[in-house]
Amino acid sequence: MSLLKLRNLSVEFATAGGGFRAVDQVDLDVAPGEILAIVGESGSGKSVSMLAAMGLLPWTATVTADEMSFDGRDLRAMSGRARRRLVGRDMAMIFQEPMSSLNPCFTVGFQVKEALRQHLDLNRRARHARAVELFEMVGIPDPEKRLGNFPHQMSGGMNQRVMIAIAIACKPRLLIADEPTTALDVTIQAQILDLLVSLQRETGMALILITHDMGVVAETAERVSVQYAGQKVEEQRVEGLFDTPHHPYTAALLAALPERATERRLPTIPGVVPGQFDRPEGCLFSPRCRFADETCRRVPPPVQGRELGLARCHYPITSDARRKESAS
Amino acid sequence: MADASSQIASTVPTSRPGRLSEFWRYFKENRGAVIGLYIFAAFVLIALGADILAPYDPTAQNRAATLVPPVWQEGGSWSFPLGTDPLGRDMLSRLLHGARYSFFVGIVVVVVASFGGILIGLVAGFAPRWLDTIIMRLMDIILAFPSLLLALVLVAILGPSLTNAMIAIALVLQPHYVRLTRASVINERTKDYVTSARVAGAGRLRLMFITVLPNCLAPIIVQAALSFSTAILDAAALGFLGMGAQPPTPEWGTMLAEAREFILRAWWVVTFPGLAILVTVLAINLMGDGLRDALDPKLKRS
Amino acid sequence: MLKYFLARLLTFVPTFLGVTLISFAFIRVLPGDPIIVMAGERGLSDERYAELVTQYGFDRPIWEQFWDYFTGVLQGDLGTSLVTKKPVWDEFFTLFPATLELSICAILFAMLLGLPAGVIAAVYRGKFFDRALMSTALVGYSMPIFWWALLLIIVFSGNLGWTPVSGRIDLLYFFPPVTGFMLIDSALSGQDGAFVSAVRHLILPTIVLGTIPLAVIARQTRSAMLEVLSEDYIRTARAKGLTPSRVNGLHALRNAMIPVITVIGLSVGTLLAGAILTETIFSWPGIGKWMVDSIFRRDYPVVQGGLLLIAVMVMIVNLTVDLLYGLINPKIRKR
Repeated sequence: MSLLKLRNLSVEFATAGGGFRAVDQVDLDVAPGEILAIVGESGSGKSVSMLAAMGLLPWTATVTADEMSFDGRDLRAMSGRARRRLVGRDMAMIFQEPMSSLNPCFTVGFQVKEALRQHLDLNRRARHARAVELFEMVGIPDPEKRLGNFPHQMSGGMNQRVMIAIAIACKPRLLIADEPTTALDVTIQAQILDLLVSLQRETGMALILITHDMGVVAETAERVSVQYAGQKVEEQRVEGLFDTPHHPYTAALLAALPERATERRLPTIPGVVPGQFDRPEGCLFSPRCRFADETCRRVPPPVQGRELGLARCHYPITSDARRKESAS
Repeated sequence: MADASSQIASTVPTSRPGRLSEFWRYFKENRGAVIGLYIFAAFVLIALGADILAPYDPTAQNRAATLVPPVWQEGGSWSFPLGTDPLGRDMLSRLLHGARYSFFVGIVVVVVASFGGILIGLVAGFAPRWLDTIIMRLMDIILAFPSLLLALVLVAILGPSLTNAMIAIALVLQPHYVRLTRASVINERTKDYVTSARVAGAGRLRLMFITVLPNCLAPIIVQAALSFSTAILDAAALGFLGMGAQPPTPEWGTMLAEAREFILRAWWVVTFPGLAILVTVLAINLMGDGLRDALDPKLKRS
Repeated sequence: MLKYFLARLLTFVPTFLGVTLISFAFIRVLPGDPIIVMAGERGLSDERYAELVTQYGFDRPIWEQFWDYFTGVLQGDLGTSLVTKKPVWDEFFTLFPATLELSICAILFAMLLGLPAGVIAAVYRGKFFDRALMSTALVGYSMPIFWWALLLIIVFSGNLGWTPVSGRIDLLYFFPPVTGFMLIDSALSGQDGAFVSAVRHLILPTIVLGTIPLAVIARQTRSAMLEVLSEDYIRTARAKGLTPSRVNGLHALRNAMIPVITVIGLSVGTLLAGAILTETIFSWPGIGKWMVDSIFRRDYPVVQGGLLLIAVMVMIVNLTVDLLYGLINPKIRKR
């Protein structure tokens, strides 16, 4: 039984130049206690699909889905009040920019306690004790003093820890981390990632890790979903994905990892993710795919079976020979 | 690899719209702005063609028909559709001619204030620190006086007339242009394209007027629209206080001042000139809002 | 904070000097000879004229005159009115409470209506309410307030007879000014109906003077709210499951207030300009009317002194706004 279940999720943004589809027919399942990674370049719609699940998209967005449920409860049919009881308590999210994600006008302590006040029946003193405890859990030294700080008085890493403290305040069953380390210094990145994984182990919550860093995926995730231009192009367990990627895009992403480089020059994926005005007709990856032919450019590809990693491709990579070719 | 990039170029179903048409599309989307544009166009036409449109000479007095009410009210007649004022002058003709003065005031003030303001602002933006400080302090000083009061005193010094009112208003509005231009110049100057122009050997004047200025124009254009309406309002206020256009000039503010003592007896002599000011100013402000939304990419929906 | 305060205070000095210089220079180029004006209808002998020129120091070098004026200003001596023969300083502070009372009422009127209107419009952006509100605000913003005043007089005083047309209180009532604020004084006087009369006199001028600030505040609040509502921390607040009223009313408004406070402060200058028209129309015995009357009477010392005091007043308000800005913006406060 999956905790979060999305079927055929699409998100469209109204812009002056017409509708822009940021998320396109995405399916997703997360089991309780599982770590799922969603991987993709910027603009691949990985954050947007999760924001849709949280109900945090701006008013310009239109969300459609065949199913969108949390713990068996339909998120779409829910009243705003019922959904707010869920969001922030059972499902929590942290974001990419810790510096701008905290309200500059309030102390971090206020912002942590506010989450407690909203969802838990604690008195003032209990809230304070819990806030101190949370700060200790996320590794903020001198919590009593730090609670009175404003966000701009702390570093990005510390602010991200505060964000994590807010997110886990009510012991959520699902934590969505949207590129939690991208905006941080390299040395801090590993710390935050370790913190997230250890918190996940301690509390047994499910963790969705949105990232564009394959290295992070290899170290932390159990299952991986690869997104490209708003579509899910492949989904596999992490070992399988790194061993036998079925979609050319996944293969190319892996080939671009420095650890995997076989030549002196690191291979790259030419071109960029298509934008609003240059969406191809057929397979969205076709302009950048080295295997693409006329069919790929004309006809949108089908989704392959589970044995082929649900790859959205006309010619999923199967044989070892071809994989070797793609890696070279 | 070369193959891949050429394919990107070939798979472009919808092309990105051009700059002017994009501007127009954004502007057109704002219905209020388009209405404002139409009203403003009508206002300009009236201002230009007042002589032909007006049934009477705006200063001709008809002693036999003073304070005639508008045509739809009892006692009104079609010979004076909007009634007459206490001296028997045709309201409609005076209002039509009034558009001419307001339009004239707006144009002159905007041209004078923006020309001077942009020039000073550009200089301040490019000047060494001490000169910049002096200029901006000076602008602070002017801005410390409430604009209408400053204009009032200036007109009192120069002598009450429409020309002097225009000079005073232009002087008072100028600091806003200076601040705006300087702010955008300083913002633009740090950008790479300016550095590359400088590296390419562009002289200071070329840098100021050809490289930087065009990129600062968007907020200035919006300011121009807004100060057009401010100018009309202030000129009317000065006229109302007796420090602008002098009677019998059919300037809207002056007409209101003349009509003040009749407000409880003849509503039309008070209502119509004010309505004319309001509609004109409103149309220009609507247009200004539309301009701002269309020119300011920050506020665009994305 | 202290450094910020001192830096801000330091810019006050040159501006003050400049304002003094301008208000001094203005009057020196004003056409008409002040001494002739002072003499009035009766005329003046040549000897008496020369005597007065020496007495007022008009024969001395201009910079010396400025120095005298400037040192006088610093000691609170702004000269005496040519018409009433009373010190300008005293006249200003006798009339100032009337303007202050009206301005405070107007700005409260504008804030009490404008802030909620702007917040609601931002939250329901694009909906009917937003459009209706913003159209109304634009009309208010475009309003020639001298005409607006006349219209209100026609309707409320002429047709309905609800409100008086001029002054601060009915002539029936008389009591000595204690604070200079008619609302307080009338209540203190204990006379029946005095307070009600003062309120009734205040209504129309308040609406007229408050209209443009109201429109500006509503528009500014809306746009500041819209900007803030797209910030990351609003998303965080919503991710906590907070109610919309808490997200909008606390998290967003607290941040949106920072630019709005600035705008409210800056509208004080507009308010004083508006007071000139409002007070003239409603015969409100305040600074605005005093200035207009003095300009027409060519009462130079009053125009000069009034100009200076009003500018200084605006500068003090701007300074206060800057400091307030520092207080409500923690990024500056704790630096």
